[in-house]
Amino acid sequence: MISSHTLADPGKMRDYHYTGPVEHRFSPYSFNGGTVLAVAGEDFAIVASDTRLSEGYSIHSRDSPKCYKLTDTTVIGCSGFHGDCLTLTKIIDARLKMYKHSNNKTMTSGAIAAMLSTILYGRRFFPYYVYNIIGGLDEHGKGAVYSFDPVGSYQRDTYKAGGSASAMLQPLLDNQIGFKNMEGVQHVPLTQDKAVQLVKDVFISAAERDVYTGDALRVCIITKEGISEQTIPLRKD
Amino acid sequence: MATLVISQSPVGGFSFENCKRNAVLEGEANKVGCSLPAARKTGTTICGVVFKDGVILGADTRATEGMIVADKNCSKIHYISPNIYCCGAGTAADTEMTTQIISSNLELHALSTGRLPRVATANRMLKQMLFRYQGYIGAALVLGGMDCNGPHLYSIYPHGSTDKLPYVTMGSGSLAAMAVFEDRYKPDMEEEEAKRLVRDAIAAGIFNDLGSGSNIDLCVITKGKLDYIRPHDEANKKGVRRVNELEGDRPTGDYKYKRGTTGVLSKTTLNLEVVEETVQTMDTS
Repeated sequence: MISSHTLADPGKMRDYHYTGPVEHRFSPYSFNGGTVLAVAGEDFAIVASDTRLSEGYSIHSRDSPKCYKLTDTTVIGCSGFHGDCLTLTKIIDARLKMYKHSNNKTMTSGAIAAMLSTILYGRRFFPYYVYNIIGGLDEHGKGAVYSFDPVGSYQRDTYKAGGSASAMLQPLLDNQIGFKNMEGVQHVPLTQDKAVQLVKDVFISAAERDVYTGDALRVCIITKEGISEQTIPLRKD
Repeated sequence: MATLVISQSPVGGFSFENCKRNAVLEGEANKVGCSLPAARKTGTTICGVVFKDGVILGADTRATEGMIVADKNCSKIHYISPNIYCCGAGTAADTEMTTQIISSNLELHALSTGRLPRVATANRMLKQMLFRYQGYIGAALVLGGMDCNGPHLYSIYPHGSTDKLPYVTMGSGSLAAMAVFEDRYKPDMEEEEAKRLVRDAIAAGIFNDLGSGSNIDLCVITKGKLDYIRPHDEANKKGVRRVNELEGDRPTGDYKYKRGTTGVLSKTTLNLEVVEETVQTMDTS
């Protein structure tokens, strides 16, 4: 009796039909896009964000700014997972009220930054998927920017970009505000008008190449007089 | 009783072993932390519609690499023959090369038959090639043209299936474009009305789909006339950086650098010695 063993055919494609039950994990996070940027000047601070809320290839909203006013001298920009952004800002607002009631004064920008770091680290093992940047005036009236990672590591900066187009914006800010990689250039201090103009130009360029950035730009300018807002349109495609 | 093992006779057709190898390589690269370069896809909204006198094809002009725009004004409507054009969505290299191969083969075929090529022929050639590659060529096409039997429109999927329909859309923005078609398509439209419909369908994809953007290209194919309109509609102009008053000697909003901003670390000059000089005339007519 002759029996033939057909060897497994090495060249044949394994056909991808029903392979049995496959476990699909539910992901508690989703990425909603958006870019935030903060710049600190001598006596002012600017926090800017685009207003597009997206998911996958779709747009949820063209008018969802990512800057949230915390006090008269502090604005926070939050990008990443929108659900966590909303919850985090609610928690910060509640903590600000609690501080006001027990200490009879408003929290300073530095204090808010330190508090946010502990709030974020409290969720070290199920993080808030949020990239935060706080912009405001410190106790001496000088501009201050604090940038965070999702689990609470923070530092004080002069300028910082966060969110989906951060990799495109940060090098440009390093060059234009930090005067990096340039020689023989006078280090003139940044004026408020030049800073606002730079922020607008930088977002116009980011909207060209990043699909998650666009629709409109919300700029919050913080000075000792208060917080003023400007909205300028960006590419809608 | 001897048990004979009959060795496998050579299998014909394509071997896709390299695909398994590529998957293993990608897994190993990911383990180390780096990723293989992603093929550029076109994101895309493409569509086509049959109207009274012919066929209109439309496409957006954005090419993406991941979620970054690689090309803001690429051309997605490809030439197949003087009376047949093809829009391509999916992997950019695949759509470009596939349409070029079929265009070349169709020209040879037309010389052999002595007749104007038919859309059904291009469709048959494209589907047979894509099926041969079992979906590994990521090209989703909208093929349209005009031949001796009238206007024809086909949609062709990467695995090789085709549909012959009066209106089709493909790409990531296909749902947005199809919504416009399902609302306003009527059989036997006039040319201007059909152009407006295709323009609006692509615009829906451009503004509502993140993978599509920039401008709208149109291609109108009728008996004896071909209009390749690129761009038909510049729906999105590049943002203008505002130029304010002069600051010092240059306007703000101008990001050019003065000469000397890039530091020169060292400079070496090699003086070349001229040994011989000859003049050789060249016929440039």
